[in-house]
Amino acid sequence: MSEQILLATSDLSMRFGGVVAVDQVDFAVKTGELRCLIGPNGAGKSTFFKCLTGQLKPTAGSVLFAGQELSGQTTHDIVRLGIGIKTQVPNLFDGLAARENIALSARRSNNQKRTEEITDEMLELIAITGLANREVGHLAHGERQLVELAMVLAGRPRLVLLDEPAAGMTADERGRLAEVLRQLAGDMSLIVVEHDMQFIRDIATEITVLHRGRVFIEGDVAAIMAHTEVQEIYLGKEANGAA
Amino acid sequence: MLRNLPKDWLGAGFVVVLGLAILIFVPVYFDLFEVLQMTKYVVLALFVLSLAYIWGFGGILSFGQAGFFGLGGYIFAVSSINMGQTTLPFLIAIGLCVVFAAALGYFMFYGRLNDVYLGVVTLVVTLILYKLINHTAGPEYIIGTARLGGFNGIPSIPIMTLPWQPDQEMEPAQMFQYFMAILIVVYVLLHILIKSKFGRVAISIRENEVRSSLLGYDVRLYKLCIFMIGGAIGGGAGAMWASYQTFVDPNIFSLEWSAKCLIWVIAGGVGTLIGPIIGVIALEYLSFQLGQTDFINNLIVLGTILILVVLLMPKGLFPTFRDIFLKLWRRGGGQGGGQGDGGRLG
Repeated sequence: MSEQILLATSDLSMRFGGVVAVDQVDFAVKTGELRCLIGPNGAGKSTFFKCLTGQLKPTAGSVLFAGQELSGQTTHDIVRLGIGIKTQVPNLFDGLAARENIALSARRSNNQKRTEEITDEMLELIAITGLANREVGHLAHGERQLVELAMVLAGRPRLVLLDEPAAGMTADERGRLAEVLRQLAGDMSLIVVEHDMQFIRDIATEITVLHRGRVFIEGDVAAIMAHTEVQEIYLGKEANGAA
Repeated sequence: MLRNLPKDWLGAGFVVVLGLAILIFVPVYFDLFEVLQMTKYVVLALFVLSLAYIWGFGGILSFGQAGFFGLGGYIFAVSSINMGQTTLPFLIAIGLCVVFAAALGYFMFYGRLNDVYLGVVTLVVTLILYKLINHTAGPEYIIGTARLGGFNGIPSIPIMTLPWQPDQEMEPAQMFQYFMAILIVVYVLLHILIKSKFGRVAISIRENEVRSSLLGYDVRLYKLCIFMIGGAIGGGAGAMWASYQTFVDPNIFSLEWSAKCLIWVIAGGVGTLIGPIIGVIALEYLSFQLGQTDFINNLIVLGTILILVVLLMPKGLFPTFRDIFLKLWRRGGGQGGGQGDGGRLG
């Protein structure tokens, strides 16, 4: 795995009036790395993702992706640079079949023939071939999560942001998802926001904990899981200070 | 062989064949008055297509489509009076309407106006044009040899000529056929566009703007292009209207025209091309027939019919009858599954 930094934020902040959702976050992900981002509800994880994808304009700080500054760029330009996002609530074209959803993503930079090939590859990779012709508006939440992941991957991103990808999935689906994410890491970088600790243990080696919009601690899975203050944060108790 | 064709292409092919039959046989079997009436329906069908496309296939609800209709009419009137021919003025009318749509659309879409404000802005711009043209009655408002005429409008607008016969005005039957041919060409081009990559992305934007953007598509640019296409069609229809009537006045910009256009699309079926065409013909024919009677105000009857259509057939006339037909066909052992003109991407 290359040690080259793919994404780096510096002093990244996002304020909504008096509320600081993301507070001076310094964060970096290497090429091919799979990083988990955890933290209690309201820690700023989804807002952080929105800042990375240009859906929100950060109040301060910078985001460098492959050496390019992302602040001020539009969402579609950022996506074209190679960042894909699977949102917390699956964001799909509900009136269309799963295959059509995936094809729309692939079609942006491919001809029709290649689009169909990529679509088939993604359906197989995520093991949702059986859902290919079903309208996604009628799928279960977990299935929608998988379709959205396939759609994001069909755009061939270099960095994938996954916001609670395992939510609403059956045990089998979670297992398959973990396998896919482990398989993808190395070929691309992944940042996964998740609450399911077992799932995190299954996929991650490195974890970053966000608390009140700030990076509270970073480290390997075992160290983070054993960290008393992290446990307190998850149990709702107040942490005494940032590490 | 036809079985191998996608169902929506089969539907479009049927519409084209029907259109060609109408183009050929109407002047043969109908009298002059009826041909003139049908010419009016053809022009209005083109006008309604402008909104049917941008709303149904791009998700842009414009309350001011009459703005392009009026601009096209006025630009055609002024340029044809000055130039003494109609082909180039027709193209100029379309071209300037595209430019106007580009300028207005740029501020709306790149300014990230949401749907409600977009509706308000398009409506207000149209009403400003209405007021503006209404105040051009003085002799100083003259462009070349064409006086704008304010509320009196511009009379004596040249009747269209064929591009290869610029000195010979069209007969009513020729005009009907010429306009019908334009309608068929625009219908086919829109159908091709809807089935193209551009059209598929446009529908995806209509369905989910945020996700389209997160897939890397420039939503603003797509919407701008869709709006410009709508402006071109609306402007072209306006030019044809001005030539058909040989007269244009500021009422062409009025709220009534914009509202009528919306009603035709709603009644015919949003998300289809043929539905709004059926809507405009059905409602205008009904309006014409009711206008000949004295026992009841035709607007009251029309209003009641529209309310009933919206309440009983919220999808519109065409999609409702299509669904009923498909249901019956499936029950009878046929293989159904029509999807309209392009609501889906597949």
